[in-house]
Amino acid sequence: MRNIAFILKRELGGYFATPVAYVFLVIFLVLAGVFTFYLGNFFERGQADLQAFFSFHPWLYLFLIPAISMRLWSEERRSGTIELFLTLPISIGEAVVGKFLAAWAFIAIALILTFPMWITVNILGNPDNGIIAASYIGSLLMAGGYLAIGACVSAITKSQVIAFVVAAAVCFVFTVSGTTMVLAFFAGWAPQAVVDAIASFSFMAHFSAISRGVIDLRDLVYFVSLIAAFLFANAALVELKKAG
Amino acid sequence: MSASNTSAGTMLEIKNLQKHFGPIRAVEDVSFTVRKGEVLGFLGPNGAGKSTTMKMITGFLAPTAGTARVCGFDVEAQPIQAKKRIGYLPEGAPAYPDMTPAAFLDFVGAIRGFDGAELAKRVDLAVARAQLKGVLHQPIDTLSKGFKRRVGLAQALLHDPEVLILDEPTDGLDPNQKHEVRELIRQIAPEKAIVISTHILEEVDAICARAIVIAKGRVLADGTPEALEKRSRWHYAVSVVTSAAEVPRLKALWNGHPGVAAFEAVDGEGGLAMLTAFPRGGVPMLAELGRMAREAGIRIDEIREERGRLDEVFRDITGKAA
Repeated sequence: MRNIAFILKRELGGYFATPVAYVFLVIFLVLAGVFTFYLGNFFERGQADLQAFFSFHPWLYLFLIPAISMRLWSEERRSGTIELFLTLPISIGEAVVGKFLAAWAFIAIALILTFPMWITVNILGNPDNGIIAASYIGSLLMAGGYLAIGACVSAITKSQVIAFVVAAAVCFVFTVSGTTMVLAFFAGWAPQAVVDAIASFSFMAHFSAISRGVIDLRDLVYFVSLIAAFLFANAALVELKKAG
Repeated sequence: MSASNTSAGTMLEIKNLQKHFGPIRAVEDVSFTVRKGEVLGFLGPNGAGKSTTMKMITGFLAPTAGTARVCGFDVEAQPIQAKKRIGYLPEGAPAYPDMTPAAFLDFVGAIRGFDGAELAKRVDLAVARAQLKGVLHQPIDTLSKGFKRRVGLAQALLHDPEVLILDEPTDGLDPNQKHEVRELIRQIAPEKAIVISTHILEEVDAICARAIVIAKGRVLADGTPEALEKRSRWHYAVSVVTSAAEVPRLKALWNGHPGVAAFEAVDGEGGLAMLTAFPRGGVPMLAELGRMAREAGIRIDEIREERGRLDEVFRDITGKAA
């Protein structure tokens, strides 16, 4: 546990030691604003809520989170520091969890910095702050899901470009798996149970459930178990690379 | 602490280590032990399997077969226990480029289980030993190759490990820095088991009590540098500087000595030449050859006994494997 904290601290410090952190935060906040006000028609809707803000988070994460996750393992492997890192007296589990938590904490910071949005909507009207709080939690959980996928992909390759593209593609599948476009493709020939299973993998469906203000145990279990599964795969891949 | 130590003082025990990457057999069969106080030089041409072997000892790569034990702990079965006792400088001395040496050493020290005053003391000592004082707060990225290597050394020494694995510790250092690193290794050697890979042969002479030569993933020789030198055809060879005109007479004379196997003559400036007589049976013959020449009245400007030549032994041993 102590080791996870040390790894988290080092990794998180690493983000802010380079321009990466600041570039990411600025782009994230600008895009979140653009999506909310231009594409989401925040003002035109005339409602005091952050629906317009949260509904674009899956699309925002789809591109920005692979940009964070791509360096997690690929960078260490390319620069050779992984040899130093993995010969320290830590378990692979601690290494995987420490890196994941650092990146997740970084995204949490980005999310916290969107607080002016929350203030604005409270000045303009009387929003249901419970729903907004639930949406933030849902958004963070969903970010964790994207991140776990990206971290796992990053463990496969030393090329950050490959890590980014593959992670974005896998995340895209998880994002749209509940849409009619995907479901119609399977509905013609696959049994209903399979179609339902695919639909249930959708980030969108679970996220929109939470962002309606209902934190359902099933949605929580979904995101938490998805994160756990991909981190487990991440550890297994790191172990596999050890075997050469 | 370690129950399964068989012979006293053995800190590193490598048994039949193998590593295959698909069809490539990087390490075929490597076995050796290193005892406390011993500095082992790990020699071999590039691609011989030196680094791969070190990666298996330190638990970065899992061996295809065989075992590595550090202070009695199997690196595969008890990795954390084994890794706690190892200080490792990987090839190229990688370190996080965005961190400063101070932050980097703090991180490694924290992971190694130190905190507070103890951590500060350990970092200070490692910084002093590796002479990093001036660059402590510069990003590692901006440091010269020599300093980067010393950051890696400081990191490896931080927890005062029982076993040190150093992959080319003096690569990229200038002669002064090389000397300092060798001095440092000599100082700490009595308390540790140290394995150093290198392809600088003078280094083996300078600091290693024992040398192992590997090529194609196999151990080809294991002994003291002197024992290795004895394998050289130059060992006990006698070289003389004389006038070129005397060379045929000298050859004819020495041919009568039963210990002489062959000659090699090189012409020099001003009518001088150097003649070398190579021994047959590895027996000293300097005194006798000198006496024979004196008695025959042949003029000799200089006569000396050759040491073995490590580089030649190295080429000879590893060349046969190729």
